[in-house]
Amino acid sequence: MSRGPSTAVRIGTEPSKIMRGVILTIVGVVFLLPLIAMLEFTFRQGFEGEHTLDHWTTLFSPDSARTYRSLFTGITNSFLLAAVTVGIVLVVLLPTMILVHLQFPKLRRVLEFICIIPITVPAIVLVVGLAPVYAIVVRVFGGSIWTLAFAYGITVLPYAYRSIQSNLDAVDVITLSEAARSLGAGWLNVLWRVLLPNLRRGILAASFISVAVVLGEFTIASLLNRVNLQTAMLQISQSDPFVAVICALLALVLAFILLLVIGRVGQPKSTKQAKRNRSDS
Amino acid sequence: MTLTQPSSPATAASAGATVELIDVVKEYSGQRALDEIGLRVAPGEFVALLGPSGCGKTTALRSLAGLESIDGGEIRIDGTNVAHVPTNKRDIGMVFQSYSLFPHMTSLENVEFGLRMRKVAADERRARALEALEMVGLGTFAQRFAHQLSGGQQQRVALARALVTRPRVLLLDEPLSALDAKVRVQLRDEIRRIQTDLGITTLFVTHDQEEALAVADRVAVMRAGVIEQIGTPEELYSAPATPFVANFVGLSNRVDAQLSGGEVSVYGSTLVALGTPLPDGPVTALVRPEDIVIDPSGTIDATVLTSSFLGSLRRTIVTTADGTSLSVQHDVGERVAPGDSIRLRLRGNAVSVAARE
Amino acid sequence: MKGDAESDTRRHPLTGSAPAPRFSRFRGLLKYVGLTPFAVYVVIFLAIPTVLAVVTGFFDAEGGFTLDNISGLFEPVVLNAFLSSFGVSALSAVIGSIVGALVCYALLGTKPDGALRSVISSGSSVLAQFGGVMLAFAFIAFIGSQGLVTVFLANTFGIDIFENGIWLYQVPGLLLPYIYFQVPLMIITFMPALEGLKSQWAEANATLGGTRFTYWTRIAFPVLAPSFFGSLLLLFANAFSSYATAAALISQGSFIVPLQIRGSLISETVLGRENLAGALALGMIVVMVVVMWGYSILQSRTARWQR
Repeated sequence: MSRGPSTAVRIGTEPSKIMRGVILTIVGVVFLLPLIAMLEFTFRQGFEGEHTLDHWTTLFSPDSARTYRSLFTGITNSFLLAAVTVGIVLVVLLPTMILVHLQFPKLRRVLEFICIIPITVPAIVLVVGLAPVYAIVVRVFGGSIWTLAFAYGITVLPYAYRSIQSNLDAVDVITLSEAARSLGAGWLNVLWRVLLPNLRRGILAASFISVAVVLGEFTIASLLNRVNLQTAMLQISQSDPFVAVICALLALVLAFILLLVIGRVGQPKSTKQAKRNRSDS
Repeated sequence: MTLTQPSSPATAASAGATVELIDVVKEYSGQRALDEIGLRVAPGEFVALLGPSGCGKTTALRSLAGLESIDGGEIRIDGTNVAHVPTNKRDIGMVFQSYSLFPHMTSLENVEFGLRMRKVAADERRARALEALEMVGLGTFAQRFAHQLSGGQQQRVALARALVTRPRVLLLDEPLSALDAKVRVQLRDEIRRIQTDLGITTLFVTHDQEEALAVADRVAVMRAGVIEQIGTPEELYSAPATPFVANFVGLSNRVDAQLSGGEVSVYGSTLVALGTPLPDGPVTALVRPEDIVIDPSGTIDATVLTSSFLGSLRRTIVTTADGTSLSVQHDVGERVAPGDSIRLRLRGNAVSVAARE
Repeated sequence: MKGDAESDTRRHPLTGSAPAPRFSRFRGLLKYVGLTPFAVYVVIFLAIPTVLAVVTGFFDAEGGFTLDNISGLFEPVVLNAFLSSFGVSALSAVIGSIVGALVCYALLGTKPDGALRSVISSGSSVLAQFGGVMLAFAFIAFIGSQGLVTVFLANTFGIDIFENGIWLYQVPGLLLPYIYFQVPLMIITFMPALEGLKSQWAEANATLGGTRFTYWTRIAFPVLAPSFFGSLLLLFANAFSSYATAAALISQGSFIVPLQIRGSLISETVLGRENLAGALALGMIVVMVVVMWGYSILQSRTARWQR
């Protein structure tokens, strides 16, 4: 029998291999070029096109800590902020979502709307109103950097909400908790032994995305005059662009790996569902 | 000639095409979904492909449609090999299990689609499409969208859409499986009625044996890529060729027996052996539950295990003296309870036999 | 079950007398306590800042009501900023949505859990949401005055792309980095819509005599249209509200609205008005609300068809 293009290609549900290759290669190359340019930049020396590893080695040498103090402060601040933000997500958002899902189904739309607002009210707008709020926050909690996480918890709401909610929907939490209750479990047991283990995927995804968002956040930190990874990078770039670009590259790679891991972890049996679309007999 | 004009037997024969599958092979990653399968469908005939999941029935249908390519053998419509003919040129009509109506078009636009592809003029297109919708009883639903229709209504629109172009062959891929039981029965009778009126050669895939027996002229029971038996519903029911067919089409009890000289001895009765001729020796006799009768003067001693009330009849499971379980179908008036000792006898003087597996 | 003690709150099972009604109402209210932490948090850090952002535009430095700041929105400088914002957002949204849709199309039929999809999905997430400052660096390294391409073009072909001024640090220069994060955002938001195309539609199209062309023009495009334009609006909103990349590229200057806000937050009076930032924030919110409202309408249309 003739082995021409597969049926899916012939009827139009899929592109031909050539078309797929062309589109992905062109777009892929175009998108890789700036990253390659960044990499090339970090090896540059002078204006004659020579290359060196010096910029990389100075960054990782022992006395760099002094020269790049603000940069390292920024890095530690960002990681601290990421941790506190994840804490807010797990301690404030997650229980609320579970509570609404189980006990207040009518409030679900309200909760969803609240968690979508940060998209309509972007950071640049929010920060105009955050300045006076933070004046009070500083008076109550002091001026340490971690208080910025309160604002970050709001910024990550849309992403964290989506991750956890899709897990809640997929797992039918209501039936599970009813089954556990009928077997005699108290609410604490239901939460700890039945619900949370099944929500691991959504919780992990929400946490990783929150970390990535916090690491990349610039607007609020900058306009509230705080130091985090992104503001430190920008500041350093004025005096030592090479180190700034190295940091940016490393941050991008780190975020990429983080999200790649979420993507892998969050692979439910969805592929089997996709195959069931076609009859299997 | 309009779509709904009833055809005389002569025109019925010319409306449908002959469909042939000749030694068709289809492989998926080393496994044969279709294993040199052969089938011949006469013009205007309604054939059901029946079998469990994975038996290849849908693969066979989709290969006919051109939605799957085959790895061996031939597919012929009206004598022409269509292997190299793409789906859109094969002049077939197909109804899918679900979700096949175009969601952004009204029912009317959906039905018009095939005519539009054939460049039929707008006025004629509209008239024929409306007529097709009338034929399936949805003439007033022309402006409704798919999401405004029930499952049964959607499938009717899909049927109208498939038939309006007067294709040579109609293919139905489990069209009723996603519907409620009552709707299923209604719709299958309508499909049969329309098909008979139009005389289109039809292939109908299903896993529901009751459905297949109810609508088809002939039923092909498939398993693991081959047709185990093909025949009229009555033939399949009363003379199943293999235990698989016997079990798939209706219920049957498997009883060990000895075949000698064209007769088997089952529970003391000597019965004529039906089915493919087998050599003398141990065989499996396939006894239908309705062929076992509760009779105080019967020769089979049994104890009742369970008895279920099924509305118009009762089905009772008993254990015989030698430990075999038998399923017995009988009148609702004959009440038995678990633990009762009863006596049975076999009805008739023939029984299907199949090789011992 | 009738008479179940749980459901029958009127009669005590043993004594037959009604329990105190106040207790059951108290139990009902107790449930709501669980919602308070989140409610308090959202009020303090989302509701109040939003209200403040919207409302400060109406007040001057002493707290008196004034429309001065709002009228400042109509100064040529500010109007130009809005126009530039609209321009860059619209252009990057259109280009981003078309290229992104093409990539999604190219990904049809690939394994959803395969390496290709994982890499593209993660890479898109990174570039779409978390790029900001780092993207600015990338483009400075790429086509800045000492950028890889700039130098290459100058040395190999003698072309000076910055002959007429260094446009990278002005509005046209924003277009390239913006497209860089718009395309990935499109891939993320549009892919589910493409995957929602049922194979039965293509198969039905084929059995009814249609070609690949008719499938795409008569079926796929119309069905995808609400989702495509919804994503387009989302991309527009995304670019319009983006700050970090512009701030990193344009250290001085307020060519687009977010940079205007920066300007008015850093110096106390801009154009002689104290709370111009508030007015600008109000303007931005109005635009965002309109765009996101359009987006949600298109989303509900999509959901209706692709159930």
